[in-house]
Amino acid sequence: MRLSAQQYDKMTKKASPPSKLFKNCIWAFFVGGAICLLGEGFSIFYLGLGFTLTDASALTSTSLVVLSAIFTATGYYHKLAVHAGAGTLVPITGFANAVVSPAIEFKSEGLIMGVGAKMFVIAGPVIVYGMLASVIWGVIWHFLRVFL
Amino acid sequence: MNQGNSVKKGDTIFFGNPPSIIESASAVGKKEGEGPLGKKFDIVCKDGTLGEKSWEKAEAMLQENCLDFLFKKAKINPEQIDFIFSGDLQNQCTASSFTARKLPIQHIGLYGACSTMAQGLALSACFTASGLANISLAVTSSHFCTAERQFRTPLDYGGQRPPTAQWTVTGCGSALVSATGNGPYIKAVTFGRVKDYKITDISNMGAAMAPAAASTLLHYLKDTGNSVDDFDCIYTGDLGKIGTNLFKKILLLEGVKLEKHKDCGLLIYDIDTQKVDCGGSGCGCSASVLSGYILPKLETKKQKRILFMSTGALMSPTTTLQKESIPCIAHLVEISSDK
Repeated sequence: MRLSAQQYDKMTKKASPPSKLFKNCIWAFFVGGAICLLGEGFSIFYLGLGFTLTDASALTSTSLVVLSAIFTATGYYHKLAVHAGAGTLVPITGFANAVVSPAIEFKSEGLIMGVGAKMFVIAGPVIVYGMLASVIWGVIWHFLRVFL
Repeated sequence: MNQGNSVKKGDTIFFGNPPSIIESASAVGKKEGEGPLGKKFDIVCKDGTLGEKSWEKAEAMLQENCLDFLFKKAKINPEQIDFIFSGDLQNQCTASSFTARKLPIQHIGLYGACSTMAQGLALSACFTASGLANISLAVTSSHFCTAERQFRTPLDYGGQRPPTAQWTVTGCGSALVSATGNGPYIKAVTFGRVKDYKITDISNMGAAMAPAAASTLLHYLKDTGNSVDDFDCIYTGDLGKIGTNLFKKILLLEGVKLEKHKDCGLLIYDIDTQKVDCGGSGCGCSASVLSGYILPKLETKKQKRILFMSTGALMSPTTTLQKESIPCIAHLVEISSDK
């Protein structure tokens, strides 16, 4: 064939439709916003029960994580995420989904090498680099603090 | 060509005494059963687990059910079969060997990714036409859930699919090839060459595989002197919407205008309503469409002469992470209702 790889690359780019950016953004904005609104609701509820702001915030995160785990296990989270994209990925519920979904999936390979080993297959990098970033910022803060 | 002998010319093997596909059977999952070809398949499973504890076992069970049905339909005892050529997408092709361990047949496991059905059918034809086998069996399966967890992410993970993605078919197809029979006949086969046009996006398999399909078809046309218009239809395995478009464009650059073409990945689902983006994929796609839809057309002589070409993307999750491009292959089988 006379076709070159460069020529084919151009043909492929032309033939492949891009993601529907506008539609995806609208979905992400409203679904992500709704999840945060729900969090806000939880926060007000816990504050109303007399918890301190720190405790109410921790309880809010926990509640969202539990709800996400339930919806992941029942298969609804994934169905919503197909449309919502970043809207379900970015909030803490997305992180819970990333941990719970492999835990369910790899149950068939046993509790140790399946659930235990694979649970952080998606969330692992977030934890590793999240911690690394906080350590780096901690060092920077240590030196910055002298001047503040 | 010597009558009775097989001859290789270029990349194509011609059978002097064309072997016959004496029977075929198909089994698919629920989503495929709800698709446009739903009623054509022999078995439609209501539940993707098939009553098994793991998806891997479910796929092996799908193959087993398909073969049980085939043996009954063909009124054949498995012991009469000389070889079984089988493959799937699981690591080390376990669905196929798990099925084969229960069968009294010499087993040849294949990995050709989504090209496996054409590969198995072509090898079955070569073995029978050359007298090494009286009857051989080609069987191929894929399962959405085994493929997703192996190649992509867990099933319940909330991710968005890019619009170029294809949907792995839960399906199995099988065909019995015999030295004698009333057709349809396998007249010639062309084994492909691996082509790599530097596509690295595993969510755009159709684009990666299109050049391999074009290459094999061009070799076949050159070797036989046939034109694409000599056939009732040219079927490709799972190029999907984008791959089909690119396949036709590449052929046009080579001066071949392809009109009578269908892609199994676009036949098996209604891409407008079934949320499969660019269509079906997986080696069970072309296998089940061949057994459930294409071969019956030839048996009833609604179509007389076709080309069946499955395409496979030969990467692994490891090579993808290593940012390697995707090598692809296509194998072609010429099937005719007349000898």
